[in-house]
Amino acid sequence: MFSSIAHNLHYKSLPLHSFPPPLYKYWKQIPRTFLVMGSAAGEFLRHVLPEKVGVSDHSAAGSEELHVLAVDDSHVDRKVIERLLKISSCKVTAVESGTRALQFLGLDGEENSVGFDGLKVNLIMTDYSMPGMTGYELLKKIKESKAFRKIPVVIMSSENILTRIDRCLEEGAEEFIVKPVKLADVRRLRDFIMRGEEEGEENRKKGNHKRKLQDDYSISPPLSPAPSLDCEISSLLLPSSSSSSPECPSKRPRLWVED
Amino acid sequence: MDGVVQLQRQLLDYTTLLFQEGFLNDQFTQLQQLQDETNPDFVVEVVSLFFEDSERLLNELANTLDQQSIDFRKVDSHVHQLKGSSSSIGAQRVQNVCIAFRNFCDAQNTEGCLKCLQQVKNEYALVKNKLETLFQLEQQILAAGGSIPM
Repeated sequence: MFSSIAHNLHYKSLPLHSFPPPLYKYWKQIPRTFLVMGSAAGEFLRHVLPEKVGVSDHSAAGSEELHVLAVDDSHVDRKVIERLLKISSCKVTAVESGTRALQFLGLDGEENSVGFDGLKVNLIMTDYSMPGMTGYELLKKIKESKAFRKIPVVIMSSENILTRIDRCLEEGAEEFIVKPVKLADVRRLRDFIMRGEEEGEENRKKGNHKRKLQDDYSISPPLSPAPSLDCEISSLLLPSSSSSSPECPSKRPRLWVED
Repeated sequence: MDGVVQLQRQLLDYTTLLFQEGFLNDQFTQLQQLQDETNPDFVVEVVSLFFEDSERLLNELANTLDQQSIDFRKVDSHVHQLKGSSSSIGAQRVQNVCIAFRNFCDAQNTEGCLKCLQQVKNEYALVKNKLETLFQLEQQILAAGGSIPM
């Protein structure tokens, strides 16, 4: 459907000033299909095309690969996480610091979560202990930003410190993963994010008002399924309970088994 | 080919021994599982990064502990990094020494730290040697036309 829209849209004949500024900035970099799918173009198309054509604002959907931004100062860990993600069919951008991560996301207040290469970021995985900006500080900056706070952020740490985990979750981290990260962790995350993206698509098709309601809930982002939060709390409170139920894939039970 | 089968047996036995002696743990197996035809050198590449990182960190540790007034936070930071990368490739014994090392840092115990530095250098040298032997065996198998058993 989108390729046919691209063919019909004679963008070269349109004066550049008719496009909103953010699109113009990326003009030369975005290939034709992305131009159609970019959010600013989405705005434009809603004026041009009949209302019943559903145009997606975002380039990542159920059929496309997720794009993950991985942040870790360790060269070894970057290489491993990159491989774990690629083998799980995700696109990866691996950076070495929180500063680089913010640069990649575009700290200049772009309205959409589009990185320099024009791809939306679906998930951010960051190490906790990094020189300069810690993963926690990066998490805060992301959640404080209107443009990026909806991107799920996962914290990774080699240290299993309860207060640290709580702080991160309270600040809005989707999950806290104890290193070394395993393939099962990445797969679980990917499935979780994909479900969230699909639900997001559903909401967009139904209309924007549902999204706004969810935005008002400051605690859990729409992607967090409620049952898992209860599971995590109950496994924290009941150390004697045996390994988590199928709905609790989190790392919490390990807390009680640490040396 | 008899030669290949022999080499494969040797590789399996050697790997099993390394696990039994605690040089490597399950994380190493995890890395091997991430290797395939599209990424045939993945494990060697990660381990090479580990070697580079470790050598740099061991040098920094020697320098930091050689100072008149030791900055234990700096020592701890280096050990933390070494612990992290050794954990990521499954170098269990190196990782274990790092844990003890960090305790001595917390206690600001110079003698303890120096002992641990020596220990971690030894463990690193050992695991480096073992891994290089392992990779050589793999190369021999491939050169003889065989495939790496998993």
